[in-house]
Amino acid sequence: MAELPTQQEPLTLDTFVRGLWEENPVFVMLLGMCPVLAVTNSTMNAIAMGLATTFVLVCSSLLVSLLRNWIPKQVRIASYIVIIATFVTIVDYGIQAISLELYAALGAFIQLIVANCVILGRAEAYASKERLHTTFINSLGMGAGFTLALLSLGTVREILGSGTILGVPLFPADFQPWVVMILPPGGFFVLGAWLLLFNWLRLRKARKSPDPTGAAIHAS
Amino acid sequence: MAKGIEIRTSPHLKRVMSVERIMRAVVLALLPICAFAVYQFGLSVLLLLLTTTGVAVATEWFFARLSGQGNTISDWSVVITGLLLGLTLPPGFPLWMAAVAAFIGVALGKALFGGLGYNVMNPALVGRAFVQAAFPVAITTWTPAFAPGRFTELIPSTLTLPFMQPQPVEDWIAGLQLDAWTGATPLALQKFQQIELPPADVFTGMIAGSAGETSALLILLCGLWLAWQRMLDWRIPVSVMVGAALVAMPFWLMDGTQYPSPWFVLSSGGLMLGAWFMASDMVASPVTARGAIIYGLFIGVLTVLIRLFGGLVEGVMYAILLANAVGPLISSWTQPRVYGSKVKGSK
Repeated sequence: MAELPTQQEPLTLDTFVRGLWEENPVFVMLLGMCPVLAVTNSTMNAIAMGLATTFVLVCSSLLVSLLRNWIPKQVRIASYIVIIATFVTIVDYGIQAISLELYAALGAFIQLIVANCVILGRAEAYASKERLHTTFINSLGMGAGFTLALLSLGTVREILGSGTILGVPLFPADFQPWVVMILPPGGFFVLGAWLLLFNWLRLRKARKSPDPTGAAIHAS
Repeated sequence: MAKGIEIRTSPHLKRVMSVERIMRAVVLALLPICAFAVYQFGLSVLLLLLTTTGVAVATEWFFARLSGQGNTISDWSVVITGLLLGLTLPPGFPLWMAAVAAFIGVALGKALFGGLGYNVMNPALVGRAFVQAAFPVAITTWTPAFAPGRFTELIPSTLTLPFMQPQPVEDWIAGLQLDAWTGATPLALQKFQQIELPPADVFTGMIAGSAGETSALLILLCGLWLAWQRMLDWRIPVSVMVGAALVAMPFWLMDGTQYPSPWFVLSSGGLMLGAWFMASDMVASPVTARGAIIYGLFIGVLTVLIRLFGGLVEGVMYAILLANAVGPLISSWTQPRVYGSKVKGSK
């Protein structure tokens, strides 16, 4: 019924690294902004959220890839959602069992992983077409990229907003915390600053390389 | 044709008005207010104003260089930003926080949008809003006006080491042995204890408050001079004040013991400074005459609503920022009818 795509991606290092840098889900594709802004007020929350999302991403991508020839095209999105929701439920109960405190800190955002575009995007754009092992590596890379992005926001916000990192104080006792950094606006400020840095780096790289796409970016 | 006659096309008469001239006039108008602030609060405010202006100018220079815009400091607009920012901060505000505010204001509020003429919001207020959210305690720590020895010693919180909490000022204030000091601005007194200070004191500025917002009288005079020189749109400050008074009036008539009088509303807090020098920011306010009035009324109404019903004591800053944000919308709503056309705003 479902016809196989003619060309499938070979497994290379790029399959993994792409998610970290070139197609970073947060800094390049700007997907999954909701948890990125909401739960990165501390490093611990960022790590937990990143790992939870990575787990769901990898597991659901694997299952989608496994079932790619059996899922009818017309109901594929619904099927992906059911698969993703299954793993989100596992994560939800898992975090509750491991640390109730963390569960309370992450709040509704654990359940909201279901609606995370990064995961659905991977299922639709990659896992439903590619073979099992490349899917595994690719979604692992994407998950790592997502976690890295959360971490880069979470550390900056925790250092400035509370003067600590993973709860360990970094500064003398009379450090003045920047309250705004652990409030929602801080998320936007730090995300904006990171995007600025990433875009600047990309533009600089494009400017140096003589290929026509780079020249186009420079000209624009 | 006789030699030496130069032939030119029209326009033959030009108004000698330029960005630099306007901005220089605004700086001139701000100087008396700065002088009064220094006279009232002493050396600390002098340092505060120098810091905000210095950092604002340095930030502008840096970003203009980075973006290849050349020298944008000479248009004086960034000096206004620095001075205004300094005037809106509490007198004993730690200098390093003031530097953060100035940097954020110019970088985030102006440079990122593309410099003068492109900023959506008033840069000074962007900077102040940031430190208000980042350091809520420091920005609501007030010190008394006319402290003895204010020209020889600094308020202890002024010279706080960067990234450190400011020194508590309570002991220093107690050491001054003032007759009466409540540790609050007139606005806070009115809001939480329903005590209205004598209107004459509030109007002339014999009160505590942010460095440059205290004397409504002085700000009014400087603002009127600017309006007379046609350096600002008089409709904006006037409609801000009208809007504020109109909202305050019914509440005051209903319950004069709990709600402030319109007179108090107008002369207290940052309303005067905001109305004359910040709301009237030429870049961030609507360009049409009717738009200016709507915009001014919006600021006035919102300020009083925040003051009366919000958790904050003062609402001018957020009211102006919000009005700045909807300014372009107001402008496009109030497009004048194109001459000769029947439908409003048709091209």
